[in-house]
Order: sequence, then structure tokens, then C-alpha cells
Amino acid sequence: MTTETGMRHHALGLSNEQLIEMYEYMLQTRRIDERLWLLQRGGKIAFVISPQGAEAAQVGCAYAFRAGQDWFTPYYRDLGINLVAGVTPREIFLAAFARGACPASGGKQMPSHWGNRPKNVISGSSPVTTQLLHAVGIAQGARMRGDDVVVYTCCGEGSSNQGDFHEALNWAGVHKLPVLFFIQNNEYAISVSLEKQLAGGSVAKRGPGYGMPGIEVDGTDFLAVYAAAKEAHDRARAGEGPTLIEAKCVRLTSHSSDDDQRRYREAAELEAMKAKDPLVKARAYLYEAGVLTEELESALEAKVAAAINDGCDWAEAQPYADPAFAMTHVYAEEGI
Amino acid sequence: MAVLNFVEAVRETLRQEMRRDKDVWVVGEDVGKKGGVFGATLGLFDEFGETRVQDSPLTESAIVGVGIGSALYGTKPVCEIQFADFIFPAFNQIISEAAKMRYRSNGDWTVPMVIRAPFGGGIHGGLYHSQSVEQYFTNTAGLKVVVPSTPRDAKGLLAAAIRDADPVLFFEHKGLYRAIKEEVPDEEYIIPIGKADVKRDGSDITVITYGKAVHFCLEAAKELAKEGVEALVLDLRTLLPLDREAIIAAAKKTGKVLIVHEAGKTHGIGSEVSAIIAEECLFDLDAPVQRLCGPDIPAMPYASPMEKAYMLDPQKCLAAMRALAQF
Amino acid sequence: MDIKMPQLGESVTEGTINKWLVKPGDSVTKYQPLAEVITDKVNAEIPAPQDGVIGSLLIAEGTTVKVGTLIATMNEAGAAAPAPSAAPATTAPVAGAAPATVSSAPPGENLLRGPNGDLPGGSPPGALAKGGTATLDRGNARYSPAVLKLAQENGLDLTRIPGSGLGGRITRKDVEAVIAAGGQPAAAPVAQPVAADPSCVGGMVAAQAGTEQVISAPVAAPSPAPAARPLVQTAEGDQILPVDPVRRAIANKMLQSKHEAPHAWTMMTADVTGLVKLKELHGAEFKRREGISLSFVPFFIKAVVESLKEYPIINSQWAGDQIVIKKEINISIAVATETALAVPVIKNADRQSIAGLAHSVVELAGKARSGKLSLAEISGGTFTVNNTGAFGSFMSAPIINHPQAAILSFEAITKQPVVLENDAIAIRSIMNLCLSLDHRVLDGLVCGRFLQAVKTRLQSYGPGTVNLY
Repeated sequence: MTTETGMRHHALGLSNEQLIEMYEYMLQTRRIDERLWLLQRGGKIAFVISPQGAEAAQVGCAYAFRAGQDWFTPYYRDLGINLVAGVTPREIFLAAFARGACPASGGKQMPSHWGNRPKNVISGSSPVTTQLLHAVGIAQGARMRGDDVVVYTCCGEGSSNQGDFHEALNWAGVHKLPVLFFIQNNEYAISVSLEKQLAGGSVAKRGPGYGMPGIEVDGTDFLAVYAAAKEAHDRARAGEGPTLIEAKCVRLTSHSSDDDQRRYREAAELEAMKAKDPLVKARAYLYEAGVLTEELESALEAKVAAAINDGCDWAEAQPYADPAFAMTHVYAEEGI
Repeated sequence: MAVLNFVEAVRETLRQEMRRDKDVWVVGEDVGKKGGVFGATLGLFDEFGETRVQDSPLTESAIVGVGIGSALYGTKPVCEIQFADFIFPAFNQIISEAAKMRYRSNGDWTVPMVIRAPFGGGIHGGLYHSQSVEQYFTNTAGLKVVVPSTPRDAKGLLAAAIRDADPVLFFEHKGLYRAIKEEVPDEEYIIPIGKADVKRDGSDITVITYGKAVHFCLEAAKELAKEGVEALVLDLRTLLPLDREAIIAAAKKTGKVLIVHEAGKTHGIGSEVSAIIAEECLFDLDAPVQRLCGPDIPAMPYASPMEKAYMLDPQKCLAAMRALAQF
Repeated sequence: MDIKMPQLGESVTEGTINKWLVKPGDSVTKYQPLAEVITDKVNAEIPAPQDGVIGSLLIAEGTTVKVGTLIATMNEAGAAAPAPSAAPATTAPVAGAAPATVSSAPPGENLLRGPNGDLPGGSPPGALAKGGTATLDRGNARYSPAVLKLAQENGLDLTRIPGSGLGGRITRKDVEAVIAAGGQPAAAPVAQPVAADPSCVGGMVAAQAGTEQVISAPVAAPSPAPAARPLVQTAEGDQILPVDPVRRAIANKMLQSKHEAPHAWTMMTADVTGLVKLKELHGAEFKRREGISLSFVPFFIKAVVESLKEYPIINSQWAGDQIVIKKEINISIAVATETALAVPVIKNADRQSIAGLAHSVVELAGKARSGKLSLAEISGGTFTVNNTGAFGSFMSAPIINHPQAAILSFEAITKQPVVLENDAIAIRSIMNLCLSLDHRVLDGLVCGRFLQAVKTRLQSYGPGTVNLY
């Protein structure tokens, strides 16, 4: 059993080095978020919205994409997607501290409203699901120009009820555009649970209605997610059109730093969820596969901690943008 | 120089711009083989093919949202909303995304796109094929809002809109599509966005207007001239950003200002124009600034007498202009 | 008719009927005093509003009622005894008697109505219709801004220009025509200047002609200025310092206190020879034992807090229609730094010994100078002690630390020749105590007693008379 399980990544064509790299991304995602909560609770930053419980889904999916070539229209929890796409911890903390040098918005937007032009990460907003249509448009533009681009776009299962979700899937399906619609189903839209959100109980089942496969995958298993995303990416590049993947995740934290999920979730449910912690599962796999040792693990933790300490301290020391910056970049005539 | 009507001028400009720049593409409902319900894209499908003249599903939010995405990628979408009345499903994409993209990313991500939409009443369109929706957009910085009144202006302004680096809402009055013909230069030319145009000079009263109302006011001005009153008619052409200098100059010239538009009066373009005049022209004013606008009812009714009651016409403009001249 | 408690002064909200000067059935003449009323500001007599007979007195003597409360009724002379309906009718047309409007247009005629009687538009320009009618009764005495400006610039007498506008209004074109024709002949003396009619637009503008800059400024710069800035002439070489937030906060606080609280001021002199001796005697030992120098300030605070316990009204705040006497005695101490003024607070200063106060003062002053005071440490003060003597002042009139009721300055201690009770002359250590008080809350008598109490305590301090720990 152990040997068989430990061979899964080889079957997917992933080397031991790649496996460690994926684990490091997941670890970094978790540790950065933990630091953000500390900063928030310590009054240094105003807001946190977490990827905890979705690290395997995000890293597993993003790892199937080509950083620098493919395009990303992530949603607000997609810290792991951003890291794999090439966004650095320093840049993440610049956004958290709303500093002027933040590549996403220079402090104009709340944290987790991603955006990074050199990394092909589109600027995002707060109204959910608008970015799915942008992904379709990007794919449309890439097709017009004959470019080899696959577009990652994402939202939660709650957002899959928005009109833009259906308009985007339908359009991409009609034109067989190279888009991966990645749904991170963490079972709660803030406080509203699945049964009050999803008629039919499944986002994946909506895919065939729009002319594309709807794949349901264990979002706490990074290799399973990678396998599904890789197949979808291959389909897109082959001109076979979009894929809808519903990754079944857990939400280990409250919706955001302004929320307390103990008010609407049972203690037993929260306790049971810990067994599904994707980071714990990934770590177990790496040990089973004999790839991770205690020595290597502490080296990875130290490396991640060093990058976070550097990013956090450095970003905090950076200045805010001048208030006059608020008046810039309204139209093209200015600031160019 | 060819004599073109308004919709022909729009079509020829689209053709010209698509020939000039292969990134320009057209998307909307029925814009393909049919050539649009008003014929604005007639013949483009045959010349440029399905990829660049794309029939969209019946989804306004997607027409704009996909347009935004393709603009982010670097292409130049010209989105057609079949009737301006149907633009509201796309409101979120326009206000939350297109208008704010440059601002929120400090110019890293921009949305150079055009959204064309036929608007306006007097064509027996009832509540949902007659609205003037421009005022919903004119208080959102980041957008540009253009409303041409003549075929010549339509060509120069649409070319400018397509070449603009920011999202431009381009509203075409349906009542003008085939009602107005004039000589339009064959060659490419640009009319800058943000510049108003004096359509008629005069020294007695100033009329500030846009869209189809420009023609009503010009007709009334001709009538008024017989009574010895010379009206200056300023066509705003761009509603966002407003041409403050032109408004101030036109107001100061006569000291008597009437603002005319088909869109509703309250919180309307006229409110802003009159505020500019109040701020800048007090000691040149010789009469209270007047507004002749659409009534504050939800939309234009269908039955002819009610539609007529709502709509502006040359007689209504003449009466308001005469009263101002006499003050 | 009703007689109500009048508002007898700004901010007065209630009054007490001290004495009725009439009784039911009395005939009174207009302005005859009806009652004596006491308020917290003025004592006055309420006059009869008109001739008549007193009906009933509704408020007993000694009773305090809100302004506007019905206190008596009276029947007007000549009216049938109770004439409730007649009364309002005769009193109604008192104010706003407008002259009947003269209009050449038949009522109801819409000036903007088109030839066929069509509505001009769904939403017609209304101002001309209404404003047009209104201009008729004012004739040509109502001028537009453009007309006034042209007339001023060209020295024209508008009363001598015929108007061609609606109702004879002088239009801009009319004035421009006069200017184009070379202006007006020398003016005959005009009986009524334009400004004489205060209701006309011209009245306002003409009256301000001398300050034209003030009028035109907002036109030139439509965006509102951030804050009203007094005009200050500057000359070359003057240094301009921007007002930083700290300076701004101090300025606002001081201004608020001076605006809101009517300051009164009083001073006493104290002989603190004993205190000076005490410090000389115990200073070194205190320093060794406590690690900090023994200053006079803890003694000042001690004298103040004990006196505040004796006169709690001094430890209070003005609250509009109430005065709040604070239970806690929290002493604000003014600490001057190079650039600012901080006022940290010693909470429950009455529970501390001299040594404890000394430590509190040193700690808070240190934090103030290094800018490390927390919000809690500058909040909640109930009385302020100001050690102005530290920089040599021997007399000062401090501004009260809003919203407290008083502030006490301890001035420099100087050796002075003093005449003692036995008429001998001696060299003594003398200091002045300067008290500013909010006269809404406090009066001279209680403040005098309080200050006397502080003084007595200070004078009593000496070697062996006060416990430092």
C-alpha cells in the first residue's frame, strides 16, 4: 500500500524534486497566511481572507500551468495560485500592508485582490465571478492572435450561482476556448452551506450543460488535483475546449478576518475537518514516498520562514503611496 | 466625399478601423451574418470573417465581460449592445471592471474597448427600446461617454473611441440612424473625445445640447432667427469628460443658457452643466440657467400621444428658446 | 390667549416664576408686568402681550418650567370672555404682510406655453415661468449679475437705462448697447442708490463693492478652500511654517476652550518657605531612596487633590443643561516639549503619596518628551496642574483644559522681603498661584475658597509636617 501510494507522483510524470517543490509551495501558502492572521490580530493589517484548506487544490492546479506563458484570473483566496505563477512573498506582503510599491494596486485595493502584469495575473475586484468572463475574453484574444495560451480562472461554489458563471461557461463552451474553470468548493459561501447554495448538489454536473466535462476531484489531494488540471490543460491546448473542475476542499479558517465560523458551524464539524487538512495529507504522502525526511522538512520550514520574515519585514518598511497617488491612473492621459 | 447617413458612417468607420488594425474585432448579438438589427455591421462578416465579427450568445454581461478580457489581452473589441435599454445586465462589468481596471492596477492592466449602443426614443419603442441611459454612466470616472449627433461626427468620434486607451461608451441615437445625411470625408480622421462643437454661432442665447436634440435646437434656432434672435448651439458630443472650456465660453458669450436633453432632468447632464456655469460664469449671467429635459418618469411610453408628450421636438425647443430670449 | 415662558437669553432653556404680579380677573394693559421670572442668566419681568383680562395663572410661584411652557391665559380687551376662535384670526397677519402682487399676465398663463398650447417638454424649464411673474412687480430694479458687473465696470447708472426684457428688466444686451453707444451722459444726482433696496440682488452686491475680491474669489477658485485661513500679509524673508497635526490639535483645543468656556482668572500668593526647606533637607535622601529627584510638583498636586476633595465642584465639567461633578480626581499635568504641549493624566491622584506622585510625574513627563504616551495616559483628566514656574514665569493666565472647569498654575518661587504678622521684615520664599476657571460652572467665591485651601496646605508643608511616603 505504502509503496503503491508513494509511486503516484511518478505515474503523473512528476519527479521527486517537483514533488518537493509542490510541497514547498503548499507550505509557503499556509505559513504566509498564518503570518497574515498574526498581523491582522496584532492590528498591523486590516484584513485577511484565507486559502487554508485549499493549498493542495491551488498548488496542484497551478502546477499544471506554465508560469509566464499561461494567464490567470484568480479569485481572492488564490494565494497558492499566485505563488506558483511567480508572485513573490515580498509582493504578497506589500499588498497586505497596502504599500505604494504593491504591484497589484499600490495600496488602492484590499489585500488578496491580486494582480501582477509580468506574471500574467489579471487585476481582480470584489464583486465575485466577473473574472470568469475576463478569462473567456483572454482566451478569445489569444485565439485571435494564434497564441498558445491556456487561461486559469476560479471561483467558489457560492459564486457558481452568479449569472456571469453561466454566461462564461456557455460562451467558452460555444467557442471551445482554452479555459480551465476551477471551482474551489469549500462547502460554505461565507455562512451559507452547500444545501442552501447548490440545487443539484454539484457544480461539476453543470459542466456538461455547457458543453464541457465537469470533473469532481478531492481538493485536499494535491496529486489528484494536479492530474485533473493537467488533463484539462492538455485538452485546452489540443483545441478541445474548456473544462470545469470542482475541487472539494475544506475551509479551515473563518470566511475572513471579519468572520467567526464558530457562530454557524458545529464544533464537531470543525474538529472533523482537521483530518482533511491538505497540508497534513501532503506531508504524509511525501514521507510515505520517502521523499521527505525530518532533516529536509526542517530545512524547508526554515527556508519558508526566512522568505516570509524577509518579505514581511521588508514590505512593512516600505512607504505608503503619497495621498496624491489616489488621483492617478484614472485615464490614460495621466501618469504615463 | 460620399453622402452617408448616420448608420452608414458608423459602418464605414468600423470597416476602416478593422482594415487598419487587425486587433479590432466586433462582437454582439446578431452582428454577424445579419449585420446587426440596425445594419451597423452589414457586410463586415463577409469581409473579416467569423473570428472578428462574432455573434455572441444572448448575454449582455458576457458581451462586455469577454470584451474586457480580450482587451486585457491586447485586442480592441467593439461590443454592440443591441439596444441601450439592455445594457444593465452588463452594468457590473462596466462599472466594477472596465471603469476601474486601469485605476486599480495603476495602468498595468487597461481596457481599451468600445461599447456601442443605440439609444433614444421617438421611434415607437416603448419603455424598453427608447431609453437614454447615458446618465447612469457619466458619474463613473474611468469611463468615457460619447454621443455624436451627425454622420461626420460619428465617424471621427468612433475612430477616436476605437483608438482610445480607455473604455468608451458610444451611444448612437436610433432616431438619427437614417434621418440625417451629409457629406462625410472618405479618408481617416479623428475628432478628439472631450471636445464640444459649436454647431451654430449666435449672440443672443446659448443652447447646450447633444444627441438628436441638437437637430431640434438647430431647427428652432433657424425659426428664431426670423424673429431677430440668434442662438448659439453647442453640441457637447462627449458627456464624460465634459468640455468645460467650451461650456464656459458658450455661456459667457450670451449670458443666457438653455440646456436641452432627452434624458431625464433630475441629476442629469444638465444639472452638471448648469453647475459648471454657476461656478464659473456668475458675473456673465443675464438670466437663470434653464433646462428642457425628459420628464422624471421611469421611461418613454409607447402610445403615440404619450410618446410625443415625452419627446422633445423643434416646437418645444423653440418655445423654451424664445422665452429665454425674451427674459 | 396663551402666555408662555419666554426665552430670556441665549442658551436659556428654563425659567422660574419668582412672583406673580397679577391675579386672575385683573385688567392689564399692554406691556404691564405680569410676573417676575428668574433664569440662570437674567431676572426679568414678563410683560402683557396686549390689553386684556387675566384668565388663569397656571404655574405656582417658585416653580421652574421649560421655555415655551404655558404659564397663564388672558382674554383680550373687547373680546367676548372666552374667544378661542377669534384670537388666532386677529393675530394671524402679523408678519410677512406682502404687498399684493401686480402681474400683467393673467393668472395661470404659462409664459412658456407654445403657440398651440403644447407643453414645452416633459419637464419644462420652470424658473422662467415663476421667476418671470415675480420680476414684474419689482419692475426694473432687479438686476442680473452680468448687468451689475457691466454697470460697475463702466460706471453706468442702471436707474437711467431703459429695460427691454421681461417686465421691463434691464438685460445684458441693454447695457451693452449703452456702452457701445459711448456710455451715459453725466449722471444727475440719484435720490436712491441701487443698494437702497436691500431685497434686490443688487443691494447685496453693491453693498460689498468695496470688497469685490471677496466676492469674486470663489468664482476664480470654485473648489472650496480646505479651511478658512486668515489673511496674513507676508514680506520677503518671512518664514512660513506648515501647521502640523500636533500644532493643529493644540490650536483647535485652545480655540475650543476659549470659545466655549468664559474664562475668569484669579491669583493668590503663598509663602512656601517651609516647602523649600523640606526639599533642601530631604531631597538628597529622597533621591537616594527613590532614584528620582524630589521636585515641588508632587506637593502642588497633593495640595490640589486634597483641596478638590474639600470643594468637589471645582472637579467638574459643564454639560449644557447639567454640571457633572467627577468622582475620580485625575490630575492632568502640562508638560512642555520643544515642539508641542502634552497633558498626561495621573489617575486617582488623591490615592497617591508624595513619593508616588513624584514617580508618576517623572514617568509621564518622560513619556511625553519621547512621544510615547498612550491614549489612556492622556485621557480622563478632571483638573489640570500647570508648573509654569519651571520656566521662570511668576504670573500667567492659563487656558482651561477643555472640558475641565479650572486650571491652576504654580508660578516661580522667589525670595522676597515680606512683612510678617509681628511687623518684622523677613526674607521668605514666595510663589503665586494663578487659577483660570470656567465661569459657567464656577463663581469667584468658591474658587477663592478653593485657592485659599491650596495655599493654606502649601504653606503648611515643611520639614516634619508632611509624610513623603
